[in-house]
Amino acid sequence: MNGGGHSLLDLGTLDRLGQGDSAIHRIDARAKLAVTLAFVLCVVSFDKHAVGDLLPFATFPIVLLAVSGVPVRFVLRRLAIVAPFAVLVGVFNPLLDREVVASVAGIGISGGWLSFVSILVRFALTIGALLILVATTPVPALGRAALRMGAPRVFVTQLLSLYRYLFLLAEESRRTLTAYRLRVPHDRPPSWRAFAAILGQLLLRAVARARRIHEAMLCRGFDGEWRLIATPRMSGRDWLFAVGWLGFFAVLRLVFPAHALGLLLVGG
Amino acid sequence: MSHHRVVVEAVRFAYPDGTWALDGVSFELGHGESVAVIGANGAGKSTLLLHLNGILTADSGRIVVGDLPVAHGTLTHLRRTVGTVFQDPDDQLFMPTVFDDVAFGPLNLGMPEADCRARVRDCLERVGAWHLRDRPPHRLSGGEKRRVAVAAVLAMSPDILLLDEPSTGLDPRGRRQVIELLRGFAHTKLVVTHDLDLVLELCPRTIVLHEGRVAADGPSRTLLGDAALLERCGLEVPVAARPCPRCGFAPGLAEG
Amino acid sequence: MHMADALLTPEVGGTMWLVSGAAVAVASRAVRRSADSRQVPLMGVLGAFVFAAQMINVSIPGTGSSGHFAGGLLLAILLGPHPAFLTIASVLVVQALFFADGGLLALGANIFNMGFVACYLVYPLIYRPLAGVEASGFRRRAVTWLAAILALQLGALGVVLETTASGIAELPFTAFLAAMQPIHLAIGIVEGLITVAVVEFVARAEPGLVDPAARQTGRRVLAPLAIAAALISGALSWFASADPDGLEWSIARLTGEAEIAVPENAAHRAAAELQGRAALLPDYAFPGADEAAEPGWSTPNAGTTVSGLVGGTLTLLLAVAIGWALRLRRNRLSAWPR
Repeated sequence: MNGGGHSLLDLGTLDRLGQGDSAIHRIDARAKLAVTLAFVLCVVSFDKHAVGDLLPFATFPIVLLAVSGVPVRFVLRRLAIVAPFAVLVGVFNPLLDREVVASVAGIGISGGWLSFVSILVRFALTIGALLILVATTPVPALGRAALRMGAPRVFVTQLLSLYRYLFLLAEESRRTLTAYRLRVPHDRPPSWRAFAAILGQLLLRAVARARRIHEAMLCRGFDGEWRLIATPRMSGRDWLFAVGWLGFFAVLRLVFPAHALGLLLVGG
Repeated sequence: MSHHRVVVEAVRFAYPDGTWALDGVSFELGHGESVAVIGANGAGKSTLLLHLNGILTADSGRIVVGDLPVAHGTLTHLRRTVGTVFQDPDDQLFMPTVFDDVAFGPLNLGMPEADCRARVRDCLERVGAWHLRDRPPHRLSGGEKRRVAVAAVLAMSPDILLLDEPSTGLDPRGRRQVIELLRGFAHTKLVVTHDLDLVLELCPRTIVLHEGRVAADGPSRTLLGDAALLERCGLEVPVAARPCPRCGFAPGLAEG
Repeated sequence: MHMADALLTPEVGGTMWLVSGAAVAVASRAVRRSADSRQVPLMGVLGAFVFAAQMINVSIPGTGSSGHFAGGLLLAILLGPHPAFLTIASVLVVQALFFADGGLLALGANIFNMGFVACYLVYPLIYRPLAGVEASGFRRRAVTWLAAILALQLGALGVVLETTASGIAELPFTAFLAAMQPIHLAIGIVEGLITVAVVEFVARAEPGLVDPAARQTGRRVLAPLAIAAALISGALSWFASADPDGLEWSIARLTGEAEIAVPENAAHRAAAELQGRAALLPDYAFPGADEAAEPGWSTPNAGTTVSGLVGGTLTLLLAVAIGWALRLRRNRLSAWPR
């Protein structure tokens, strides 16, 4: 189940944000994709009870948010919409793991609470970083980046043509659903029968469109190979962005500055 | 001068269900001519267009584009010579960005990247859409989409342009821009349309199709003023060719 | 039933990435070799179709809730397994990007659960042999229905297995399984009915669209399956040799966790709590003591936990302050007349 928040509006907002312009938007998509992947890997590689060590990682999404001008409220709202699955699965941790592992100001903290909070922090960090990546990078640029980083051409072609027709078909399905709603007395989702009929119509229209697209492609010399003009090389600034953040993650992952800081204040 | 001409001779084509979409269509287009094809829905206009760019193959008859007959072996040549602007630009703009879309054709023709970049820029500037180059097609207005579609076809440097309903779905300003754009091209043009006012502005000659046959072929001013002919073919006299309700002055007849 | 990054370890997420990545590579090669240029726009538009279909809720009878259409089996029937797999994979990538469903690391697992299972397990092993080649009939409808249900059940099982093998969530295997399978049975029944109805609808309007793969040989379809099996067993044995306790621990979780999950009695809990409160000033340990991130989690050290929490919170505040300053600077710059 997808959390139910699949609205055309959100789709459009994120797409529009990605088309924006800022210092972050101008960074090469390859650099951003590589850094985000490394970020996610670093975050999930921590011990299941890690909370303190994870928090400094928030610097990455926060700085990107600040510099890019992507609205904070948008990212938070999106996070709230997709949270239920991780929360539902994680919420049992405090009930199942009650061994007290630490105490702060006289209140014992159980391992379960710690690992539950850890799940929430992981969730916010990984999904937040991904949302910011998409909100600062146009999808065509991401596709090219994936191609340059070794993804199969057929698959990238598929991704980009899906992206091309996503908005069109989403709009078509919205119109069909509106037409359906106007003719039923209740406001419930369609039954499977009605849904199948709607789907069949949409599908036949989609197939007809694919046929017309193919004709248009043939008219412009299509021979089965999808060609793209190569992307320019990464600039010095792109490299700086990539190397800088990767170095920062490495420090956070290997040196645990949070501990050092905490020791200085609490245990010093 | 002869190699930008089109000859269509007794072309017949039946759909798989057996109905004749084209039932012996013949005409000729001269170099640099701008000709409209009009007719009611189902008259065979779009089917005719799909024959001229080699998507459909006639059951009988002959089509010659330039100096070569349309046949399986000449399709590559044909698609360089004939550029088709389809009715729905969403079908035609299938690449993720405007730039990629215009570059699609030249890259398929094997053009080197540097030349291709220059060609894309040139074509987008000709339709006044260079500033849209990084946009994905779904973020364009109807008129912008149409102009980019035209640029994508121009990028193949065709000699002959086929246009299917170039003004449908456009607001008045978008329609005006497209008309001015097309008027500026010296190509041989064949325009399939329901927009008869556009015909009067753009095409001196008109071919009327009716039930898969050529019902009339002549100067647009004359044919579009012929109420009986148009009525018979499921059409009506365009506003611009109607006699003035006040003074009775009929522009079509005056010039024809 | 999207798997989430937060519930996965890099080992499990990475293995699933490898499997799905290899399958995408194999499928891409197969599609490229088929050299039918009509496939390119058809796959793109059908991907958008599945995406659009998932934006409509459908009510699940008897439960009062609603669900989404997964569409894996439908695509396999319409396109054949390789193009269908690539199409579903692309839908999941775009969902991860635009709707934040799952996340980047979980993408491998999600492509496996919702694409691989339908296209490379259920379609070639269940649907194809049982449905037969004849175009209609009760048997075909029944097989389509059951195959759609099975695809969803196996996908849900995948979620449970991946979550449990990661061990980030404490939820015991059996309890999670008991929650996931019935929910997805209800959804699967509806998914199956819809798949049957849409296939019938399409077969009536355009018979050529249904089962184009039925006329091709099915042998190469098994290649992704073999590769996946090899990769998963390879990863399992590698982790097992690197950390024997880890695997044992995983298997113990899979089989015997239910007993451990029995709630402790109140007295025990109170005692534990008291003990926790009594330890007012736990010993501080030096950083790096619990660096081991193997699946057999070490018990967290109390000292490092507290200092880490304090330090982490401080750095978080610092990061927010920096972000706030950057945003202020940005706003001032953009407000400045240029």
